[in-house]
Amino acid sequence: MFAQIEKLGAHTIQIFEEFGRLLMFLGQVIFSVFSRPFGFRDLVKQIAFIGARSMPIILLSGLFTGMVLALQFYDVLARFGSVDLMGSAVSLSLIQELGPVMTALMIIARVGSATCAEIAIMRSEQQFDALTCMAISPFRYVMVPRLLAAIISIPLLTAIFNLIGIVGGYIVGVFIKDLSGTAYMQTIIDTITWSDLRMSIVKSFLFAIIIIWISMGKGFFVHLEKGVSGAEAVGRVTTKAVVASAITMLFADYIASSFLI
Amino acid sequence: MSISDKDSTDKDITDQNSTDSDTLININHLSSAYGDRQVLNDINLSVEQGEILVIMGGSGSGKSTLLRNMLGLMQPSSGEILFEGKNICHVNKSEMLKLRRKMGVAFQGGALLSSLSVGDNIKLPLRQHTDLDENTINIMARLKLELMSLANFEDLMPSELSGGMLKRAGLARAVIMDPKILFFDEPSAGLDPVTSVELDQLILQLRTAMNMTIVVVTHELESAFTIADRIAVLFDGELVTTGTVDEIKNCTDERVINLINRTPREMKIDADKYLSRLTKGAS
Repeated sequence: MFAQIEKLGAHTIQIFEEFGRLLMFLGQVIFSVFSRPFGFRDLVKQIAFIGARSMPIILLSGLFTGMVLALQFYDVLARFGSVDLMGSAVSLSLIQELGPVMTALMIIARVGSATCAEIAIMRSEQQFDALTCMAISPFRYVMVPRLLAAIISIPLLTAIFNLIGIVGGYIVGVFIKDLSGTAYMQTIIDTITWSDLRMSIVKSFLFAIIIIWISMGKGFFVHLEKGVSGAEAVGRVTTKAVVASAITMLFADYIASSFLI
Repeated sequence: MSISDKDSTDKDITDQNSTDSDTLININHLSSAYGDRQVLNDINLSVEQGEILVIMGGSGSGKSTLLRNMLGLMQPSSGEILFEGKNICHVNKSEMLKLRRKMGVAFQGGALLSSLSVGDNIKLPLRQHTDLDENTINIMARLKLELMSLANFEDLMPSELSGGMLKRAGLARAVIMDPKILFFDEPSAGLDPVTSVELDQLILQLRTAMNMTIVVVTHELESAFTIADRIAVLFDGELVTTGTVDEIKNCTDERVINLINRTPREMKIDADKYLSRLTKGAS
């Protein structure tokens, strides 16, 4: 019994220690945003990686999410004789919730895991030591472009996800369920307010910071993984980064929703 | 920090400059630990201008920890490291950055940034720290690559290079800013004998061509005896002796003799006890 309590206590301390370490890491990255010289080339490269190269999965997942939503809502709304409201239902669900969350999950899978593994390998291969010895801050050179690129790209990807999701809903509603296209679009225009868009934007910014922060931080502290090293440690921190990013993102989603609705 | 504080700091640094002008690095009573595990004990060592100092020792002797301390990548638990009279353990961040620009470091595996080509890796310090135009940077990088016999590999990615080439590329990046001192971690590790000898020759050529002070950390005896002006021998975190190649070869300390003769440490295994433990475990 006592052993279990002791184990639980040790585990809790470990979680707090890790959280504190990651918070200090984030502080250092944010502090480094203002240091010079600014790596514009690296920023563009990271925007291409996080933003441009994520477009195919965002387009596909956005389209199918919108189509499935339309099918589901049609079934529900038909029971209440309100199928005309399908445009509003699909767009509100996408903009307020599914757009930011689904985009974030896609980015965690594609970018978060790759970023964590890359940084962990850089750490294992002494690349950060090499940068430090060249009088180049690893935070400014490696972390800052990734943070800024995520903050720029993820809200844009979310907006694209929302748009393509609405198009997906339109395809199902108008071409499969024979709804009026004009009515579908008009209900969207009538329903969506600035506060809905603000919620989408705020959430996507928040998720961008969470995803890139946890992915970079977990990779950066790969050497502190107990009992493993090398490729196994890289694999382990990458899995942890994906799980921690997803859970933290969903927790932040709840907090943000409760403040913004 | 106020101006007066800064003045006093500068004065302290100047006061420490009282070391011999030929001494580039002075290590005094250095001890270092990883948590509770003491790795270096009371190390006293100096690096003279223009010499090749080889820090030699077996695995776990503390040579890499000593190097990390000298590079300012690790804080010692006690003692001081004076680089040009400035204690690198206590200088502020901007002062440390200035000192780092005088140091070049070639890491064991090259430590090239995997996302950049070989050429971009070598140009990185110039792009970050100088206002040179791209043309001049390209010329300087090409010169260093030619010096390392890597002229045709500029556009390759690090993953496309062999172990020896990675080390040479790392060396090219380390000397691109013409540092005062070059640190080289395990130049021969993992290389075939021919490549290893080539790298030793390269280190000697670098000293002649660039009049550089070089600190090499290695456990390879042949390599150490070929390139060293002086050798410092570490054993279990203690500095056993320092001296020229001949002095080390003639050293009477048992630990140095064992290292030179490659005598393995005595393994304290009680065969009977071991077997009884095994059979106990099986039953």
